[in-house]
Amino acid sequence: MSPGASTALPDRAEAAVELRGVEVAFRLADGTDYRAVRHIDLKIAPGEFVAIVGPTGCGKSTLLNAVAGLVGVRGMVGIFGTPLAGLNRRAGYLFQQDALMPWKTALANVAVALEPAGVPAAKAREQARSWLQRVGLGTFLDRYPHQLSGGQRKRVALAQTLIRDPEILLMDEPFGPLDAQTRALMGDLLLSLWSTDRKAVLFVTHDLDEAISLADRVVVMSAGPAARIIAAHRIDLPRPRVSADIRLEPRFHALQRAIWADLRDEVLRAYASGTSGAAA
Amino acid sequence: MRKRARLLLIQLAIAVAVLLIWYVGSSVPIGGAYFLPKFFFSTPGDVLARIIKMFSNASIWRHIYITLTETALAFFIGSGLGIVIGFWFARRPTVAAVLDPYVKAANALPRVVLAPIFMLWFGLGIWSKVALGVTLVFFIVFFNVYQGVKEVSPAVLANARMLGMSDRQLMRHVYWPAALSWMFSSLHTAVGFALVGAVVGEYLGSAAGIGYLIQEAEGVFDVAGVFAGMIVLAVVVLVIDWLVTLIENRLLAWRPRAAERF
Repeated sequence: MSPGASTALPDRAEAAVELRGVEVAFRLADGTDYRAVRHIDLKIAPGEFVAIVGPTGCGKSTLLNAVAGLVGVRGMVGIFGTPLAGLNRRAGYLFQQDALMPWKTALANVAVALEPAGVPAAKAREQARSWLQRVGLGTFLDRYPHQLSGGQRKRVALAQTLIRDPEILLMDEPFGPLDAQTRALMGDLLLSLWSTDRKAVLFVTHDLDEAISLADRVVVMSAGPAARIIAAHRIDLPRPRVSADIRLEPRFHALQRAIWADLRDEVLRAYASGTSGAAA
Repeated sequence: MRKRARLLLIQLAIAVAVLLIWYVGSSVPIGGAYFLPKFFFSTPGDVLARIIKMFSNASIWRHIYITLTETALAFFIGSGLGIVIGFWFARRPTVAAVLDPYVKAANALPRVVLAPIFMLWFGLGIWSKVALGVTLVFFIVFFNVYQGVKEVSPAVLANARMLGMSDRQLMRHVYWPAALSWMFSSLHTAVGFALVGAVVGEYLGSAAGIGYLIQEAEGVFDVAGVFAGMIVLAVVVLVIDWLVTLIENRLLAWRPRAAERF
């Protein structure tokens, strides 16, 4: 385990995110309630990188939205010891879909993120420029989102989220739509940015390899509906990590096998319920 | 560039062919009869002479000016109302649901039948034509803005909210640009309908404007005058359309299609 992460985890420290008995239900169109997740207990320490894996449709994104304050929950969501009411102002959210404003250039998209904080426009643009340089897009400032590749758009979104300096980072399969190589590179970029000032990260993915190479802890969720947490694995791979190298290490494979043993049954169950549901 | 020259050549060839058929049909007797009798079709030469006469005594500029004024007023007033009410409907679903049948009924009504009413209300001057144009432009802009605001991508909206934007900032950075992009995509149609409103209004009763010129010529079976008025109108429409395209390319630079034209 990396020294930075382990010393940041004494029990008396306030958790960055604490979920206690969280349950999220939706009213469906036919009037019945659909319970997406139930009895979720999860604590994320300041500076800890937690990845959530689980079969498709298990409510991973729902859980993230609960922490963001985008959906209402039963139970308690605590942010640095304070119960969450309304939108989570201390969190930044990187979405799975393209969420940049298509009518703004890369620079304007990043700079606008500082407007709610009341940063003067000129200063915001200056900071946005330096953030875009940090994510490797220094020469693409005036491009509109449609003129950028999928990976480049994700970099802009990353800069847009990080420029606000949120204390908690929520990421919903942010690199899902990208090809495998770009995804690994984005993971490395994320880790290098994260390592400079560690924020608490909640990273949802369906890709186990990605989860292991990024996180301090991997949490496994069961198949939905009424999904819950069934296992948590500490990832004791040393940092700094480079995903291409770390995936070759024996310890990586051991972790992969251990987590997959938990995950496999749930994936099969999700698959079976999906097919039997269609037949019913 | 060569492709463009070729395109222009073909376009010119079509014009020449039409003029030639028109000329032969109206001026050269075939088997003792005219294929396009002068009384009904005039001749290219007569129409050209009429256009030159129109422009030689400068009065035509006043008519063009009046038609363009009506078009511009109809466009801006109609767009303004369309934007405001489109926003209002999109942000207040209850209002939209209550007024839905009335909007549909008003939109389905052929606007020409309103022209006499507007003439009673606003007189024979430009305002009755502006009113007619407004009823046409309004619905185009209104439906587009309504759609644009309602169909803002949920991801873009959620992202903007997570960035901490207030309602006012959401309006400025998300709803407004989304609505405008839909509105601009219908710019050609809206401007075109503003002109239709002006000309049809003039045609039905007025003392000035291109529509009035055409109507006046038609009243005395002056076919050359009707064709001359139509050609002036067509040129005006082409110029306006070209200007709109310029504006559109500037305003929608962020859109994939507008940018790929380069």
